Amino acid sequence: MSAHSAASPAASAERPRALAAGPLSRLAAGTLAMAQAEMRKLRHDHLDIFTRSVQPLLWLFIFGSALEHSHSLSLGSVEYKAYLAPGVMAQAAMFIAIFFGLAVIWERDVGQLQRLLATPLSRTSIVLGKAVGACVRALVQALLLLAVIAATGIGVRWSVPGVLGTLAMLMLGTAAFACMSMLLAAAVKERERFMGVGQLIMMPLFFASSALYPLSVMPAWLRVLARVNPLTYEVQGLRQMLVGVGGAGVVWLDFLVVGSFFAVMLAAATRAYPKAIL
Amino acid sequence: MRGAANAPALLVDDLVVRFGELEAVGGVSFAVSPGEVFGLLGPNGAGKTTTIRVLTTLLPPTSGRALVAGYDVRSESLQVRASIGYIPQAISVDGALTAYENLDFYGQVTGVPRRERRRRIEEAIETMGLEPMLDRLARTLSGGMLRRLEIATALLNRPAVLFLDEPTVGLDPTARHLVWDHLQALREHAGTTILVTTHMMEEAERHCERLAIIERGRLVEQGVPAELIERHAAESLEDVFTAVTGRALGGAGAEEATETEGRLADVRAQRRVARRLG
Repeated sequence: MSAHSAASPAASAERPRALAAGPLSRLAAGTLAMAQAEMRKLRHDHLDIFTRSVQPLLWLFIFGSALEHSHSLSLGSVEYKAYLAPGVMAQAAMFIAIFFGLAVIWERDVGQLQRLLATPLSRTSIVLGKAVGACVRALVQALLLLAVIAATGIGVRWSVPGVLGTLAMLMLGTAAFACMSMLLAAAVKERERFMGVGQLIMMPLFFASSALYPLSVMPAWLRVLARVNPLTYEVQGLRQMLVGVGGAGVVWLDFLVVGSFFAVMLAAATRAYPKAIL
Repeated sequence: MRGAANAPALLVDDLVVRFGELEAVGGVSFAVSPGEVFGLLGPNGAGKTTTIRVLTTLLPPTSGRALVAGYDVRSESLQVRASIGYIPQAISVDGALTAYENLDFYGQVTGVPRRERRRRIEEAIETMGLEPMLDRLARTLSGGMLRRLEIATALLNRPAVLFLDEPTVGLDPTARHLVWDHLQALREHAGTTILVTTHMMEEAERHCERLAIIERGRLVEQGVPAELIERHAAESLEDVFTAVTGRALGGAGAEEATETEGRLADVRAQRRVARRLG
């Protein structure tokens, strides 16, 4: 610390008290504060999570029923709805993540973001906190969807590690997509463009993945796209853990891909997202 | 300047901020003593918000130096952020949380120790007169209440300097007076240094101990309001403004002042703030 700060009466020789804790514990505290705020918001408006859960259920029960007996989707012993369930869960979580991150364009968030950037919270902590906020919503929704899947007797292989792994993978994917959308938010900035951009990103991610159908039924060009799509790996991991089938096979590899995607998006969003206020 | 007793709470020395070709702030210098209420007065787009963004570390200066509470905004930005409170013009409390939850959230993210948080929140509630609205969602509060809540959230870390960007825009006269009364009380009781931007002459004249008139990124006059009026043989601050800038505040020419702060998006955001506060 330089001499002038020590000489100032407003700032005594010691560091400001808000910085008494180390950077890591401040990172954790800030992230937790934002997660807690999200939980409280959900408590004030629990209807929201139910209305958002309608869409994935429509996919599961209408799309799933329609294609149940399609011969092109030969999945062996697994019923199509069980095959579809992890894909729909991943998609629903991704929708939450992408719209949650883009919500920064809402002016109320711009004021909040300005405030947060002027607090001792690190930028990583702000981005991570927002991402964890999206995870909180996605987690509640995932539990709801799992309950419906269980209640309707869809042929999922229930096991404690399977369900815990499923939730872990969903959180990782949600955090990654939330960071991706914060990155977009910094670029888009305008509310009018945001719906269009959101759709433009989400639909290709969804259709060019293994969420609805196996890679094997895709034409070669689409398969290439699906192979570089992180959602494919998220769904594959979920399917392995929840249904016991899935493309490539090794769950740790799926975690590795989604985890790396998250790390890259977190780093990029940390750099770019604060510019959303300017 | 570094003499212990009268070291300034804020010291801005030849501050320049450029966005590409555009010079938003062109060599501004001023100092604010501890416990002073200092006004930055000027039309929209004059460079007030840009100056505040530099002082709150949201924006790096292109050149020049700024010390806040004795810390350099460039090299000691974390210490600066730990020593300030900042209320941007855009709404910064979360409408989906209650007033109390907002206080708790900002207490957490500004690094107020857990053991002291409750007591500090109680203090802020009392100082700002928030008792009757604690359990209401912030989005249901009136404009004046929102601003008081925001000020309360910015007091929890006991800031050495409090920055307020156009705190009374969109408020009716009664609410405006109430906000100013609370700010005065804060200064008297806690000795908080307050820097406030406004384009309302009458408010600045009445409530600021000292002020600086900023116009097209340059500081054209500064001093005690009464002295400025006397020096320019004027009747009011409005006349002083006309005398030093050659035009009336908000009159013709104001809209061409700069392109960074007067863009459509900003105007729209401002109106939205005004509508929500009003």
